[in-house]
Amino acid sequence: MSDHKLDASAGGASFCACSLDSSRRTLLAATAGVGAVAAAGVAVPFVASFTPSERAKAAGAPVEVDLSKLQPGEKMTVEWQGKPVWVLRRTPEMLAVLKEGADKLVDPESQAAQQPAYVKGIERAINPEYFVCIGICTHLGCSPSDKLKAGAESGMGAEWKGGFLCPCHGSQFDLAGRVFKAMPAPTNLVIPPHTYLSETRLLIGEDSKGA
Amino acid sequence: MIDSKMLAEKGQQLLGWVDDRFPLTSTYKAHLSEYYAPKNFNFWYFFGSLALLVLVLQIVTGIFLVMHYKPDASLNSAGIPVAFASVEYIMRDVPGGWIIRYMHSTGASMFFVVVYLHMFRGLLYGSYRKPRELIWLFGIAIFLCLMAEAFFGYLLPWGQMSFWGAQVIVNLFAAIPVIGPDLSIFIRGDFVVSDATLNRFFAFHVIAIPLVLLGLVAAHLVALHEVGSNNPDGVEIKKHKDANGIPLDGIPFHPYYTVKDIFGVCVFLIVFATIIFFAPEGGGYFLEYNNFFPADPLKTPPHIAPVWYFTPFYSILRATTSDFMWALGALVAITGGLAILTSKCKPVKAVAAVVTLGALGAFVLIEAKVWGVVLMGGSVMVIGLLPWLDQSPVKSIRYKGGLYKSILAVWVVCFVILGYLGVQPPSPIGNLVSQICSWLYLAFFAFMPWYSRLDKTKAEPERVTSK
Amino acid sequence: MSLFNKTLAIAALALTAALAQASGGVQLDRAPLRFDNASLQSGAKTFVNYCLNCHGASALRYNRLTQIGLTEQQIKDNLMFTADKIGEQMKVAIRSDDAKRWFGAAPPDLSVIARARASGDGSGADWLYTYLRQFYRDDSRPTGWNNVIFPGVGMPHALWNLQGVQEARFVEKDDGHGNKVKHLEGLELVQPGLLTKEEYDEEVANLVSFLTWMGEPAQETRRQLGWAVLAVLGVLAVLSWMLKKAFWKDVH
Repeated sequence: MSDHKLDASAGGASFCACSLDSSRRTLLAATAGVGAVAAAGVAVPFVASFTPSERAKAAGAPVEVDLSKLQPGEKMTVEWQGKPVWVLRRTPEMLAVLKEGADKLVDPESQAAQQPAYVKGIERAINPEYFVCIGICTHLGCSPSDKLKAGAESGMGAEWKGGFLCPCHGSQFDLAGRVFKAMPAPTNLVIPPHTYLSETRLLIGEDSKGA
Repeated sequence: MIDSKMLAEKGQQLLGWVDDRFPLTSTYKAHLSEYYAPKNFNFWYFFGSLALLVLVLQIVTGIFLVMHYKPDASLNSAGIPVAFASVEYIMRDVPGGWIIRYMHSTGASMFFVVVYLHMFRGLLYGSYRKPRELIWLFGIAIFLCLMAEAFFGYLLPWGQMSFWGAQVIVNLFAAIPVIGPDLSIFIRGDFVVSDATLNRFFAFHVIAIPLVLLGLVAAHLVALHEVGSNNPDGVEIKKHKDANGIPLDGIPFHPYYTVKDIFGVCVFLIVFATIIFFAPEGGGYFLEYNNFFPADPLKTPPHIAPVWYFTPFYSILRATTSDFMWALGALVAITGGLAILTSKCKPVKAVAAVVTLGALGAFVLIEAKVWGVVLMGGSVMVIGLLPWLDQSPVKSIRYKGGLYKSILAVWVVCFVILGYLGVQPPSPIGNLVSQICSWLYLAFFAFMPWYSRLDKTKAEPERVTSK
Repeated sequence: MSLFNKTLAIAALALTAALAQASGGVQLDRAPLRFDNASLQSGAKTFVNYCLNCHGASALRYNRLTQIGLTEQQIKDNLMFTADKIGEQMKVAIRSDDAKRWFGAAPPDLSVIARARASGDGSGADWLYTYLRQFYRDDSRPTGWNNVIFPGVGMPHALWNLQGVQEARFVEKDDGHGNKVKHLEGLELVQPGLLTKEEYDEEVANLVSFLTWMGEPAQETRRQLGWAVLAVLGVLAVLSWMLKKAFWKDVH
């Protein structure tokens, strides 16, 4: 170009980013729009990389548990998704206790969604004999201790009917993981999805195919 | 309508509140909307902003990779080094991990592509000349940091090339007389490249060097904005200003160069994405094939070469044999002789004589292996001397004469050939060619003070020319 | 800038000329890669039956095979012999230090072997395709086997009952310095295997396709995604060019 000067409108101080004529405005909007799409696209892998990896998913895959060796009144702990899952084989006496003292519980009928829909009633179990739950306190995530035996033997006083005590802030749960009133924990213990493959084979982490 | 008016008012108030406490508007004006850049920037001027873009990309992708990568040389239950396995973990098990990793590995190579072109721009248009010497020196420091960053990062995948590349480069330090062998053990923290080395290289790669790099980039930009940009004509736009003190040939960086650079970014991203999605290995140059074998301290791969961006300088290292020292001696003697003959100042003559004789003596006394290391480092550092070596009355290649242009062309060809030979296994012909090219590479700098004066230059224009 | 263009042209010319004479190692056959599910599944079967006994693929999880059209149940029933969880990695039962004691060197993990074996001579797949078809009897080797492109190979011919037994034909040649050297002319099938030559080549092609897929299971996704990304960037580039024009119209 022969003329090395800027024309008047572009000269010196009159330069201004705000001199947006319509073509500039339209193109700016279009570029910004497509640019925003591109930026969102770029963000996808970065955001996705925060979600559980295939390794985490493999480690969190459903766990099969053999219940044949579990004696009445005993509890076993299995790991699922890195969390302790309890399986407690309840005796008839233990089950009988659950029917009493509903007035001392926050949610005796398990109305709050702390369990899959197929886990109903005061026993909170598919098969009342086996109680399955995630052994993590609903207050701040500690794992409650076993206080399964009724009475003073558990160190919980003579009134104790058997259950669990969270060592961190003292929340108490009964043998169906139901929280007692006036405790730090707001809700009953969470019950994971689970299904019985046979009488004594339990699969934790997956709902039954039909459900 | 009222709402938008009120919003604008509120916005102004908020901005005023901030400006009373932080120089937001004034910084924006000083560096964007009222930073006047020459209006005649051409293609070559895209690479500065692109280098900044790649820096940001590398830092962001790097942060996300660190979340999943493990700098651990021990073997996992499958007998694979944990570090190597964690890279494959990112490639397969982490959602989106392969894109992030390919962005980072491709970004490393593209960083050098962009920076080499950016530096060549400076060479073409004399951007290093007064008053921009410090910008140039900061730039050279950035380039050195970048090489260190790339070198440390290359160990992390813990493949065969990672391991043996680090082994060879660290052993270069063993060439230093007296302290060398102990120094190389000190750098490794072990008798071989090991877990200790991997962990310290990791620390340097993810935090130490990036911090220095960011500081240097800031200094590079502050120095640039202090003196203003050069341009393809190599003339100062600040010489001709309007009544308001604004350069007549200047346009505000924002919006003119921001919109232009956005276009440059788009074109760059198309190239970048093409590599990431269709050729992430870059034909074995961006991700070397041998690096898909886990590091094995007992077995050197048959052919080991550094990544492509190091190879011109690596070639100079390899070319420096005892017979090359004669050619080097001749180069030093000629340069020293010219300095003594042409200098008008007695002390300069004396210094030149002492330095020349000292260097020649040292060539005899110290073995060639050491000089190889010195030349490799020196061939990068010497670029930093350009502001003082170039004695041409004009800055830009546009007004330089045939002599300078021919010499520059030869130098570029030498640089490319050196880069090519560096990825090849050593051969007798290759070595001879690389010695010739190394000599010419160095001579380009050594003789510049004289041929840049001899060159028949054209008159520079008063004002910038467009296109 | 014509001078600069000339310079670039010279440099490019020098580079291509140099590249042309760069390789010159071994002659590799081009692997006929097929990435359809049937071929990959057949390759996976060969891999699990013949390779996985000694070589692991520790970066690959069994459930990743759903990507080549298998259901988790099919994988469990037909391909999982050493693992019990579908999310587990393809590991070998033997420990690597035991393997090292038994074979001299631990059989390498094959997760990324198809990427590692690439070179200036051809892709990693080409190398593997050639390698797996060029084993021959050699009684001087401890295993009784040798390989044309991997002389002194540590692995015996794992697929010999499929391919049969090949023997090498050597001819005496002058090495240019007056010495006679044995030069490998070709391989001869002396004992047929379960498969014909064509069937065996196809079997190996499927196996190599699987190994290639395994080296980077995301590669198909990568290419598909690439087109979408380029399309968006293309639009963005055109728009930003027009935007630049619109702003620069008042710079003369």
